[in-house]
Amino acid sequence: MKRPNVLELQKKAIGIRKDILKMLMIARSGHTGGSLSAVDILVALYYYKLKNDPARPGWKERDRFLLSKGHACPALYAVLADKGYFPRDLLWTLRRLGSPLQGHPQMGLSGIEISSGSLGQGLSIADGIALGARMDGLDIRVYCLMGDGETNEGQIWEAAMTAAHYKLDNVCGIVDCNRLQIDGFCCDVKDPGALKHKWQNFGWNTIEIDGHDIKALMDAYDEAQGIKGRPTMIIANTVKGKGVSFIENKVEWHGVAPKAEEYEKAILELDEALKSLK
Amino acid sequence: MADEKMKMVPTRDGFGEGLLILGKENKNVVVLSADLTESTRAAWFQKDYPGRFFGMGVAEQDMFGTAAGLALIGKIPFACTFGVFASGRAWDQIRVSIAYMNLSVKIAGTHAGISVGPDGATHQALEEIALMRILPNMTVVVPCDALEARRATVEAAKIKGPVYLRFGRAPVPMITKEEDSFSIGRANVLREGNDITIFACGQMVYEAMLACDELKREGISARLINLHTPKPIDRDVIIRAARETGAMVTVEEHTVLGGMGSAIAEVVAQAYPVPIKMVGVKDKFGVSGDPEQLFEHFGLTPKNIVIAAREALQMKG
Repeated sequence: MKRPNVLELQKKAIGIRKDILKMLMIARSGHTGGSLSAVDILVALYYYKLKNDPARPGWKERDRFLLSKGHACPALYAVLADKGYFPRDLLWTLRRLGSPLQGHPQMGLSGIEISSGSLGQGLSIADGIALGARMDGLDIRVYCLMGDGETNEGQIWEAAMTAAHYKLDNVCGIVDCNRLQIDGFCCDVKDPGALKHKWQNFGWNTIEIDGHDIKALMDAYDEAQGIKGRPTMIIANTVKGKGVSFIENKVEWHGVAPKAEEYEKAILELDEALKSLK
Repeated sequence: MADEKMKMVPTRDGFGEGLLILGKENKNVVVLSADLTESTRAAWFQKDYPGRFFGMGVAEQDMFGTAAGLALIGKIPFACTFGVFASGRAWDQIRVSIAYMNLSVKIAGTHAGISVGPDGATHQALEEIALMRILPNMTVVVPCDALEARRATVEAAKIKGPVYLRFGRAPVPMITKEEDSFSIGRANVLREGNDITIFACGQMVYEAMLACDELKREGISARLINLHTPKPIDRDVIIRAARETGAMVTVEEHTVLGGMGSAIAEVVAQAYPVPIKMVGVKDKFGVSGDPEQLFEHFGLTPKNIVIAAREALQMKG
């Protein structure tokens, strides 16, 4: 696939961040920090790498994207709406009774591949899809986004062993390493240590990058696709709350939404950032 | 306990046979095992269909997640391990990755109940009917013999959505026949009777048959129902039994909290209240021992069923 212009994707990412903040402000609850940290990872994937067609969400030969860190769903919803999977107006119904935009993703909404929210479960599902695709000779790739706090979950490491054992080179994991979890900095809560080495020792090809560098993300997705005989894990170093100064790196912004005045302030900052992009 | 002439086969063997039938019939059926491949009889399928078998190691949570992924891409996975590890160790994975998405993953929990014997409490699953039936979308089946186990396995593959199948380790009498009808969700009335109804599932169906014989000698006409599907429960058969016999005994190799007996009581209490006595494990963990000793120890013998029936009849007044 032809590479999109990096500047255009950076602009796109700012637009997605604005949508996320609006959704959360209206919903008055939700996960701000971990949604904002994942935006560039999603943008590089959905606007460059992922083989998908919003008009055919059930297309058999589509690549799959699984959001294992389900609480970051505002970011995914904003991307899916922008891609045309569902009407943009639905975004403002997030977390409301009757809305398909549940507080954590629920299968059934166009573009949502799995229900998630209980952490640690996505990678096993990715492995299963990848195994089945290989049995059927389907040339698809399965992407799974996890959080670094999420790697506290033991099931992640069970799944890591499965993917390596079955040589699932059609699996590409991404860890959104924003260094924070609910109780504080990951290194203080339960230090995950050098994640890159852990994944390497589990038999994975690993790529460590700046998770806000669109070009580096596109390069990493390309490299992962070229690796044969083992799965790839992209360790994406990010900033929790990325893009809004007063939200960045603040543990208290894990699970709260911006109030109206905070939202206005954030939008001003993002508009400034948009203007300064070149 | 069993009649000498009766053929004795473990229900897990019926499961193994069912998998072989499915292996031949349906290319989409795949099997996963969490390091208990021979014990669960998944090995029979593995031998004939190695390309459709996945060993998952001692990692139940990952096994059920992987099974969910296989189901998402169109396979019909049967994920096998002991009942304790399936229903307990991986409960949240079954809840979120399977039941919430209504995926067609078939969960085979073998070595259920105290009939596991000497391995003791950690390996004696006494809670799975409760743990599984409370999940929306889940079907729960407890076959009474190897033939019913085989048929339940084959039929489970045709059901859209998750199914929990409960199997035992020890050989049990073959009490059903090929010509008997079997359908998941439809209870089988094994004997007609008017004074009381005895509901049983799994290997307790045979024990309940023996109890009915004894009750008959005492002049009590007991209806016997094989309630092999605790969920979705056969309400019609239960309500009819309440109306026509006016008293009930439930018998299960499971805790009396939340199991088949509770499921029946939920229906009866809300539709046509009649006295119910429950025979099962009374809020206890298992212990090591020979299966026969354990059935005595926990009060799961035909004698206990007969006593319970007399008590229920007294309550009926």
